[in-house]
Amino acid sequence: MSEATLERGINALKEQIDAPVAAFFSSCVSCGMCAEACLFYTETGDPKYTPIYKLEPLRRVWESEYTLVGKIKKVLGLNKPVTDELLQEWQELLYDSCTLCARCSMICPVGNDIVYMVRKAREGMVASGNSPEGVQGAATRAVTIGSPMGVKLSALEAQIRHIEADSGLKIPMDVEGADYLALLSSMEIMNFPEYLEGLAKIFKQAGVSWTLCSTAFEATNSGIQIGSSDIARTLVQRIVDGAERLKVKNVISPECGHAYTAIRWEGPNLIGRRLPFRVIHILELLDELRAAGRIKTKDLETDCYTFHDPCSIARKGGIIEEPRRLMNMVTTNFVDMKEHGKMAWCCGGGGGVSSNEDADSLRIKAFKRKRDQIAETGADVLVTACANCRLVIEEGLEEYRIELPVVGLSELIADHLVVDEEPPETPE
Amino acid sequence: MNEPMDFLIWTRGTAFDIAVTIFVIGVILRLFEILALGRKQNLAEPKGSEFGPGMKTILTRSIPDLGTFRRQPLTVVAGYMFHIGLLVSLIMFVPHIELFRATFGFSWPGLPTPIVDAAAVLAIVGLLAALWHRIMNPVMRKITTWEDWLVWTLTFLPILTGYLAYHRMVNPYPVILGLHILSVEALMIAFPFTKLMHTFTVFLSRWYNGAMSGRRGVES
Repeated sequence: MSEATLERGINALKEQIDAPVAAFFSSCVSCGMCAEACLFYTETGDPKYTPIYKLEPLRRVWESEYTLVGKIKKVLGLNKPVTDELLQEWQELLYDSCTLCARCSMICPVGNDIVYMVRKAREGMVASGNSPEGVQGAATRAVTIGSPMGVKLSALEAQIRHIEADSGLKIPMDVEGADYLALLSSMEIMNFPEYLEGLAKIFKQAGVSWTLCSTAFEATNSGIQIGSSDIARTLVQRIVDGAERLKVKNVISPECGHAYTAIRWEGPNLIGRRLPFRVIHILELLDELRAAGRIKTKDLETDCYTFHDPCSIARKGGIIEEPRRLMNMVTTNFVDMKEHGKMAWCCGGGGGVSSNEDADSLRIKAFKRKRDQIAETGADVLVTACANCRLVIEEGLEEYRIELPVVGLSELIADHLVVDEEPPETPE
Repeated sequence: MNEPMDFLIWTRGTAFDIAVTIFVIGVILRLFEILALGRKQNLAEPKGSEFGPGMKTILTRSIPDLGTFRRQPLTVVAGYMFHIGLLVSLIMFVPHIELFRATFGFSWPGLPTPIVDAAAVLAIVGLLAALWHRIMNPVMRKITTWEDWLVWTLTFLPILTGYLAYHRMVNPYPVILGLHILSVEALMIAFPFTKLMHTFTVFLSRWYNGAMSGRRGVES
């Protein structure tokens, strides 16, 4: 990457402005309702966390470059310029206090898609050298090592050997022509290997032809989080190359929320062409297998279970009913939180916040929202479908000294799976 | 020479023509300024359509999310009071309809004046509540700029002067009627270059929001 400068930052912001952005800024009447949708405001009461306020640098560029009045102001020297100091000050607002959860975009009365603009504003922050170090580090590791947490293929292979030895299941690697290529997140590899074991168990039972790919196993995309299309493109291209090499028809996005956004929604636009395969989220696939009768469950739980919707999967990905149907496959006592699905509250750690040390104490404060939401349900177990949400929630619960098991939905399905002695032939 | 009458005639003639011209050209220019920026083609396989969900969000965004409403009811209530009050006074008051008929050649039935009168009061109270809220609420104070005060004033004056004129509360009558018309002209001239433009761009914003969500299979 070339050197980051203020000029490059402003140019990056200019490039990001399109008709929706111009319509959004033209429509804002400073009503402040977006603050009420943002957990960083509701849990701190600090008005600087008002979502639309976080966009001041982008707004200034829009005004002075793309409006008649702004251009006149600029000529007369009356405009408020974007400076290095401004961008430095806004780093906290655009990174520490925004998880890209998009709840504000859902409630803005004039319909402003605020998160769409925060994502864009971050491109300017990266280009001007104002992104947080923690997220920068993760992005650099993702490009150079292959994973934001520095997980190498050898680490994955070690985990596979463990899982295969423990469970007697086979984890296929680099199988050409498999129907499905499964991607993983580093956190799943290192912290929650039960996800991969669960997949192996479910796919064996359902007769799904699948594989991992040695050159493309990491699904997470730090480029999306930090706001660097260059990095994001490199990481997406790695997956596309791997999938094309193995000639797979489908790529499975893991539970991880932003990985889905990265490959499903941003991926094709980053590489500039339609993907040569279908992207399916693991929850969508499990729900398809359920509907087709290819997976069945037994010994349903009777304890009260609730589900945390990862923002990228539900509000930003449209996967809302699938997890609820799957929850009913594992418990007879499923209770939704009051505000769920597209209006769910974020765990507080998405959009790169959990890998940004500067945001640690703020994230713990913001977590109070989720803590209270969970408590309100009276649930005995919390289920989610994102390794990052899961870690953030576990940390948050620990911080507030709350004992509550947090489980991934896919592994929960695997735990309750009816396993035949002889798996059926693939019914395709 | 009758000075109040001359003033009224000027506001209804030259000033009106200037204001309407700036308003119409300005609004077209601003909409062009926005739409000309365009959107990049989206290559991601859609999960839902764009057009329908976009149109739907244009309507549904008028209904606040219940949880958010409970956190900040005054914004919603004052907003509804003002917008409904303004709309009724603007397009259901018989003399206004007469002006439309004289200008564009078509008209529609108005509402009885007591109802329009109540609507104007509703708008005035709504605007005053919104002003009080803007002064008192820390979030609104944080994000308010000089433009918000300007826009508030430009919106308030036509309603106030209209109310005073209708009730003959200021003499001579041509002066207050002239001031009413002049304040509307000030509003029209500022309109394209301020956030008053949201009157039109709200349809674009809500559509884009609904369309982009709809494409991902989410109702927004």
